[in-house]
Amino acid sequence: MNRRDSIRSLFLGSMAGGLALESCISASEETINEKIWEYQYGRTPEEAARDEKLLATQYFENTEINVITRLASLILPPTTDGTIEDAGVPKFIEFMAKDFPGLQTPIRGGIMWLDNHANRHFDNDFINITEDQQHEILDQIAYPESKGEQKQEVKFFSLMRNLVMTGYFTSAVGIKELGYKGNQPNVWDGVPEDVLKDHGMSYDASWMPKFVDQSKRNDMAEWDEEGNLLS
Amino acid sequence: MEIIENEKKYDVVIVGSGAGGGMATKILSEAGLKVAVIEAGPYFDPANPAQQTQLKWPHESPRRGAGTTRAFGEFDMAYGGWEIEGEPYNQVGDSQFDWFRSRMLGGRTNHWGRISLRFGPRDFKGKDRDGLGENWPISYEDVKPYYDKVDKLIGVFGSKEGMYNEPDGFFLPAPKPRLHELYYKKGAEKSGVKVMPSRLSILTKRINNERGICFYCNQCSRSCSVYGDFSAGSCLIFPAQKSGGQVDLYVNSMVREVTVNDEGKATGVLYINKEDRKEYRITGKVVVLAASACSTARILLNSKSPQHPNGLGNSSNMVGKYVHDSTGSDRMAFVPEMMNRKRYNEDGVGGMHLYSPWWLDNKKLDFPRGYHIEVWGGLGMPSYGTGFDPNSLNKHLGLKVGGYGNGLREDVKKFYGSVMGMSGRGESIANVNNYCEIDPTTVDEFGIPVLRFNYSWSDHERKQARHMHETFEEIIHNMGGVVLGDKPGADKDYGLLNPGRIIHEVGTTRMGSNPKTSVVNEFEQLHDVDNVFVVDAGPFVSQADKNPTWTIMALSWRTSEFIIEELKKQNI
Repeated sequence: MNRRDSIRSLFLGSMAGGLALESCISASEETINEKIWEYQYGRTPEEAARDEKLLATQYFENTEINVITRLASLILPPTTDGTIEDAGVPKFIEFMAKDFPGLQTPIRGGIMWLDNHANRHFDNDFINITEDQQHEILDQIAYPESKGEQKQEVKFFSLMRNLVMTGYFTSAVGIKELGYKGNQPNVWDGVPEDVLKDHGMSYDASWMPKFVDQSKRNDMAEWDEEGNLLS
Repeated sequence: MEIIENEKKYDVVIVGSGAGGGMATKILSEAGLKVAVIEAGPYFDPANPAQQTQLKWPHESPRRGAGTTRAFGEFDMAYGGWEIEGEPYNQVGDSQFDWFRSRMLGGRTNHWGRISLRFGPRDFKGKDRDGLGENWPISYEDVKPYYDKVDKLIGVFGSKEGMYNEPDGFFLPAPKPRLHELYYKKGAEKSGVKVMPSRLSILTKRINNERGICFYCNQCSRSCSVYGDFSAGSCLIFPAQKSGGQVDLYVNSMVREVTVNDEGKATGVLYINKEDRKEYRITGKVVVLAASACSTARILLNSKSPQHPNGLGNSSNMVGKYVHDSTGSDRMAFVPEMMNRKRYNEDGVGGMHLYSPWWLDNKKLDFPRGYHIEVWGGLGMPSYGTGFDPNSLNKHLGLKVGGYGNGLREDVKKFYGSVMGMSGRGESIANVNNYCEIDPTTVDEFGIPVLRFNYSWSDHERKQARHMHETFEEIIHNMGGVVLGDKPGADKDYGLLNPGRIIHEVGTTRMGSNPKTSVVNEFEQLHDVDNVFVVDAGPFVSQADKNPTWTIMALSWRTSEFIIEELKKQNI
């Protein structure tokens, strides 16, 4: 058994106990196993058990997830950089509704509002009206007033926009599109010269001796009695 | 319930494994003493892949790192937070003290900001300057040799600046500032605010062959898997074990009280093992408390016996009194010149590359003590919350806010890295009316009576916070930035955060030469019981505007040497 398999079997072992206790499980065991295997990082046993429980249940109805997916694609239409499906946005919103139960009613109610509104004006559910008609509805709720009370449907849209945007820009495709370059071992030696120049900045000559000489970073530090670094 | 006795007899029983407990473990065990370390949380090693969050991406988490289970986001390496299930605490009246606890080997040293400042000569003698609070019974000269040793043992980068109250040490070289930090420097210096490289316990250069060198991922708050930053496990406890010290770790063990004999001397501690929920007794010649300022006060107050009816070390009634946290207030700025930035890896070290130490003379101001300014911003890794209100900054450019469609992508990319912030962290005045005490109405899930807090800020702190915001606004203006948010007014205590939010609470077992007005002497030894010592931040008489960790460790080292000498002389 390799390392990955042995961790997987540990995981299954711990989860089997959790499953026995859960009376109402909506997803099949196999699906849960896949979902749990996806998330591997340092969690305490309590945190991992909590996530297992959340991943084993589904909050939104499939019809609601379809509306969430449609709405997310209107907020961020697909481009060659990435789509909201690539970014796992609907799955993320489903998870957050279980993680922060305070999100459940505003989102479920907001979806109902969209359908009611679409039915009243266009004789069909939101998902079934044309894209132009969908835009017409969003135009009414996508621009919050700068002051005063916000209507429920405006707050709902702002909430969905926040979840969609953060879901997208924390995904692999979103991070690539944003251009974040870090989260990897490297050696920092200051702002690139062309960027400094572009911003009219420079490193003070008087500060330069204070900075690390990265060519000597591996030399063991030694000081004189006054604390002057010798190496 | 039967108490389970531990057959082993220890020289020293240490409660807590953070900065103070870790240092005591290292010094005492390396002197050949047999040491037991009792830690309330689980074992933790930053190098353990099963516990590691360093270098993980937000999309490796189903909640993208949101802070549902950990206060600073789920990748932050503190098991605990301001609220812990099963471990409540209460307030007296309308007090709002927030108490952060981290239950794990190494405690809060696993996630802290690594800001490693020495207290200066003035910081030990505050009362001499303004008549407020109390002087320490020791001076900078008493602690300096230990600060020097801590610098060399653990490693801290910084620069020699020759400032009287910001003493220089044995520094590793500092990393170059990032772009937003250069903007800050320009703005601050225009206002006469001193700016200098920060002083963080992160290895920019090799100090030994056991620890790796910083590889600039910016994630010290996740605890470094190559031990490139300081944590009590990686730098104190593991090395103590490796050098052959007799160190037994008892994890998931919640200490309830210190036990005493007929003469009132300590014999060891009682703790609850969280795994079997049974009570255990462990004995030692000396008890060293390092559970954190408030947890130590709680243990002492819960240690009632016929010999110490008011709690251990509490004949003065001073245990729990004078609890004080740093003041804190923050402000954000939008810098239009930093829109549409060129992308490059700007992670750097975990935390700021430069900062401003206190630069003014309080005699000319309407508040008595100073503050320092921390700076944050940059092209950081996206996390839960990135992209919220994606184009609210458009209002400063006369453009439309809100909407939907691919314009939002462009807005997020345009503003990425153009917002930065400043945090003031200041000295508050220790006050006997701010205290924690046992709440007789409530126990935690282990049946141990909990703390309740009574804390309010005074005008000394409020006026200091007002000054912070005036300074922030001036600096932001000088930088060509736009101040975000309204200036907090008197109704909001000028933006002062709740006490406990800065997580620098100190002072609950304060040090002094008079046993009637203090709990420990200058060697952190209880006035009432000579074989009990406190090596966390409880003994701090005042906290300066400096982060307490470096002083906790210097004092713990000094106390540990005293314990070794006293044991040799058979005085304790």
